[in-house]
Amino acid sequence: MAASLFDKLWEGHVVDHLGDGMDLIRIDRHLIHDLSGPASLKMLSERGLSPRAPELTFATPDHRVSTEPGRTGGGSPANDKALAVLRRYCDRYGIQLFDLNDAEQGIVHVVGPELGLTLPGLSLVCGDSHTCTHGAFGALAWGIGNTEVTQVLAAQALIVERPGSMRVSFEGELGPSVSAKDLILHLIGREGAAGGARHAVEFAGEAVTGLSMEERMALCNLAVEFGASFGLIAPDETAFAFLEGRRFAPKGELWEAALQSWRRLPSDPDARFDAEIRIDASTVAPQVTWGVSPEDVVAIDGRVPDPAAAEGEKQAEARRHALDYMGLEPGAPIEGTPIQHAFIGSCANARFGDLAAAAEVVRGRKVADGVRAWVVPGSQAVKRAAEAAGLDQVFRAAGFSWREPGCSMCLAANGETVPSGERAVSTSNRNFVGRQGPGARTHLASPVTAAASAIAGRLTDPRRLGAGG
Amino acid sequence: MTPFESFASKAVPLPIDNVDTDVITPIGRVLEGAEALVRYAFESLRFAPDGSLRRDCPFNDPAYAGARILIGGENFGCGSSRETAVWALAGMGFSAVIAPSFGGIFFSNCFKNGVLPIVLAAEDVAAVARHAAGGSEILVDLGRQRVSAGALERSFEVPALRKEALLDGLDDLGLILKRQEALAAFETRDRLERPWVYLSPA
Ligand code: SF4
Repeated sequence: MAASLFDKLWEGHVVDHLGDGMDLIRIDRHLIHDLSGPASLKMLSERGLSPRAPELTFATPDHRVSTEPGRTGGGSPANDKALAVLRRYCDRYGIQLFDLNDAEQGIVHVVGPELGLTLPGLSLVCGDSHTCTHGAFGALAWGIGNTEVTQVLAAQALIVERPGSMRVSFEGELGPSVSAKDLILHLIGREGAAGGARHAVEFAGEAVTGLSMEERMALCNLAVEFGASFGLIAPDETAFAFLEGRRFAPKGELWEAALQSWRRLPSDPDARFDAEIRIDASTVAPQVTWGVSPEDVVAIDGRVPDPAAAEGEKQAEARRHALDYMGLEPGAPIEGTPIQHAFIGSCANARFGDLAAAAEVVRGRKVADGVRAWVVPGSQAVKRAAEAAGLDQVFRAAGFSWREPGCSMCLAANGETVPSGERAVSTSNRNFVGRQGPGARTHLASPVTAAASAIAGRLTDPRRLGAGG
Repeated sequence: MTPFESFASKAVPLPIDNVDTDVITPIGRVLEGAEALVRYAFESLRFAPDGSLRRDCPFNDPAYAGARILIGGENFGCGSSRETAVWALAGMGFSAVIAPSFGGIFFSNCFKNGVLPIVLAAEDVAAVARHAAGGSEILVDLGRQRVSAGALERSFEVPALRKEALLDGLDDLGLILKRQEALAAFETRDRLERPWVYLSPA
């Protein structure tokens, strides 16, 4: 029978069917970080258990670390303590840790693929919702809670409910200054933040196959903001070329055998999906959020929605609440809204290609007065590559600060926050109330839109600055 | 975990869509520890900027004191995987959440902590919320998989495995560990087919 990529991934990992759609799934790779890791490791030891396959688990601190140049820890006693706990357990259990100033430290979802820990056909979990990022390689990857982290450590397997399947096809070519981030924000705006709920979503279509791996990761990164259980892209030559030679990727004969197996993963031509969505990518403009959910999004040349035009009282009330929190006027053009902060970072958009695209916008220009602009590379490897290409100089010359890798202002767990009532354009993935700090106002956008906005001091259509595709 | 028993209780209606886990447990409070998690759960909804309790928030309404059920909107618990969101709900005394849909990871986290997430059709959730308004009790019967709100009675789905785990007060780990033999057999087969997956020799 014809099978989809998701069918093949799922069935390839079922150890046992447990009824009612619940399956025992074998876990191939496990990533750990300094926010969910310490408590889960502690739970494991308190239950008198130890890891079943520590060689398949890898750790790196990212969420709570300072990204201040010259950092020595987490920027607070509590964060330093969490880091110490992570170190102690990794050491005790033989879990490889890419520690604070290790050459491979960075945000887990940037580091996994860089090291070839993420591979097509693997099942991969992490105590972090954006683990769906790794689905860009055709891996069965999803975020789990603390209890499940402990279970994976103890048993290398999880009980999971099989979701339905959905295919989202982006046809046509991307317009100028439009990136994967704009595609996924557009999709979430159109279908809602629960549009993909209880579904494994495969992204397909020529606009997707034409994307670099970095762009594909940005697309899959926000699958969870679409409510999806998984975000997947069929592995192809682009994925294989990205992975070949990476530290933990198979080598020699194993690589060849793996390639053969991976080439069988893409959905069969007549595979069936429970739901299908088609979007003409050429009609998608650069996107920016106006509210407090990623579904609150408009084209950069659009207007802030009016609660009076909402469908029903519940939506009207939600819009009033969002506009009140965001300090925006209904019906006003979103472009031109003054900002005080620009954050280029996070597991959505802090890879080399993101920084390079933003640097092209910034080159030879200056950050507007009154804007605090940061670039936080996604990993040490990204930072090194960017510095080798001179991007750090471009950003510095424009007035950006160039920082150490970590989650930083995406999560605001390390004192790196947007002050209450102030407004940020951010390349991260969540504009929730208080996400970047209590009272912080977040506008999600692509790297080029964030860069153009930092220069102008207001939300700005990157096409005005001639930002490249 | 304490075994889950059927109960009747007041229910707090929170008719807001996309309530995310950052709203349920803001990161600053997560870092402060277990007590702050609960005290400041739903902080931006429950507290005014000056730190006083908001009178217009249903969580602060004495009519719902002692409620063990929360009635949420679409996509309740979306966002971050932080299990602290469920820990906070449990800490506030909630044993069940009724909503039209849930964030996936939150949904799964609930079962690991003795909290029952119940999916009902949006109009039924609204009807249950109307009944609950002002403090009328709702009955949650996990054994029979039914919710009763006055004359309204609705059944809900829950996989047998999860139901039993809740009723017995167990998380999945025991179940998983019981299947270590099946897992070992799977791995022996799989190691031949996908040797590159296994980063160390058997
Ligand atoms: S960068 Fe943001 S979204 Fe990504 S893992 Fe870190 S905190 Fe989560």
